[in-house]
Amino acid sequence: MAITVPRPNLNWRERLYLPAIAAGLAITIKHFGNMIFRRTKVTMEYPEEKWDPNLPDHYRGAPALVRDADGRVRCVACQLCEFICPPRAIKIIPGEISRKDRFAKVEKYPDEFDIDMVRCIYCGMCEEVCPEQAIFLRKDYAITGFTREEMVHHKDKLLEIGGVMHGVVLKWNTKK
Amino acid sequence: MDYFFIGTSLLKIVAMIFVVILPMVSYAVYAERRVSALIQDRLGPNRVGPAGLLQPIADAAKFLLKEDFTPATVNTFYYWLAPCLAMIPAILTIAVVPFGSTLFGVPMVIADINVGILYVFAIASLGVYGIVLGGWASNSKYPFLGGIRSSSQMISYELSLGLAVIPVFMLVGNLRLTSVVQYQIDHGWLIAPFIGDWSNGAKWALAIPMIISFAVFLVAIFAETNRLPFDLPEAEQELAGGYHTEYSSMKFALFFLGEYAAMISGSAIVVTLFLGGWHFPGIPDGSHGWIFGLINIAVFFAKVAAIILFMMWVRWTLPRFRWDQLMRLGWLFFFEIALVNIFLVAIILGYFHF
Repeated sequence: MAITVPRPNLNWRERLYLPAIAAGLAITIKHFGNMIFRRTKVTMEYPEEKWDPNLPDHYRGAPALVRDADGRVRCVACQLCEFICPPRAIKIIPGEISRKDRFAKVEKYPDEFDIDMVRCIYCGMCEEVCPEQAIFLRKDYAITGFTREEMVHHKDKLLEIGGVMHGVVLKWNTKK
Repeated sequence: MDYFFIGTSLLKIVAMIFVVILPMVSYAVYAERRVSALIQDRLGPNRVGPAGLLQPIADAAKFLLKEDFTPATVNTFYYWLAPCLAMIPAILTIAVVPFGSTLFGVPMVIADINVGILYVFAIASLGVYGIVLGGWASNSKYPFLGGIRSSSQMISYELSLGLAVIPVFMLVGNLRLTSVVQYQIDHGWLIAPFIGDWSNGAKWALAIPMIISFAVFLVAIFAETNRLPFDLPEAEQELAGGYHTEYSSMKFALFFLGEYAAMISGSAIVVTLFLGGWHFPGIPDGSHGWIFGLINIAVFFAKVAAIILFMMWVRWTLPRFRWDQLMRLGWLFFFEIALVNIFLVAIILGYFHF
């Protein structure tokens, strides 16, 4: 069955449409004027203006490895992050710490630690799962490169982003 | 042979096209983008050069470098002819418009012919062929619909366009556009013919039909140049771009620029007929020194720019008409209003014995 949509009954002033057109023109010129005199807040012009100082503390940017206060890479190459990583972006090749080293009790260190930033989905599961608090998601978000190889963050790059982390659990230092 | 006349005419033609019209067309596109952005609370193109002022050059380079693709099923001859036909009439119309008084004794009009406005209508109505041929030669549904819409729309609104200017020439008594400007210098601009003659009631009465005439003419120019709210031939949402759907690269650019050139020539006609042409109260004409000649030209193009900005303002305010509404508006309202307006002017002129 066909449904008849009732048309509104317009009086002669509305059917002239001129007041409505004038009102519309007034609205657009008001917006125009507000933009000209910079009274309207507009989108940030990204590369020149950045919102970086306002990023929240829980912001999840690029994952990075950190060193502790002694300068040691905190990662012990347990490979939990490699295991948990949903897109399998992390690749770790563990190495052994020699007996004579100051940190011999740690036993393992990451010989190679690669995160493929093309694959990384910034989920933060690696940070969550890490027993050593060695991997953190930092606030870097502009990860770019011309090739896929450039987009792989190797260990030195990860450490460079990560820097030194103070004030978290350091269970290896207090043992023995 | 009058070599001075030929030389100055050629100089005027070249200067008009390459120094005024083409840059103005490309910057009208830029202005359209910026104005639309500002109206919609955006910023618009502001990356290329200071405040994005080199954007038209980047656009031109992009258009020239794009692949010029010709679909296999088109009627090649008309397909190539259509963009030219869309651009040329718009530029030709400028020839009879007086865009300044005199500069070093040379009148600032390319062809001061005594059938001025008839020439304008004759050439401007050729503009429809570009669109119709473009729509037909593309051999595709949407351009075809756009071409059909365009032809009926342009023919319908040419009637009110023609009828709206008749009052002007009843008053001036001459079809030459320079004499229209001269009349306005002597008697005040035609949208306000009482200026300089404030106490004359007859002039005040005359202002009413002149303003009606101006409004009808302006709306008809909107329709003739396919501007919103009358842009049915190229309705993006309905026709995927209308008559230029199948065009690419510089051929598309010619259609696009032809529309803006038509806007400029239409605005120039409006300014000449109703807004006093190059005249501004208090500024003498070019016979008092070349600096005034230049100022007159600047005044003319400032007025043209104002009309173009008004067109943009309207475009980004009003929604598109439906097809039957457009036809009803053209045939049942503007045609009648313009027709009655002629009689109104005739009565006023006859009653007050101008």
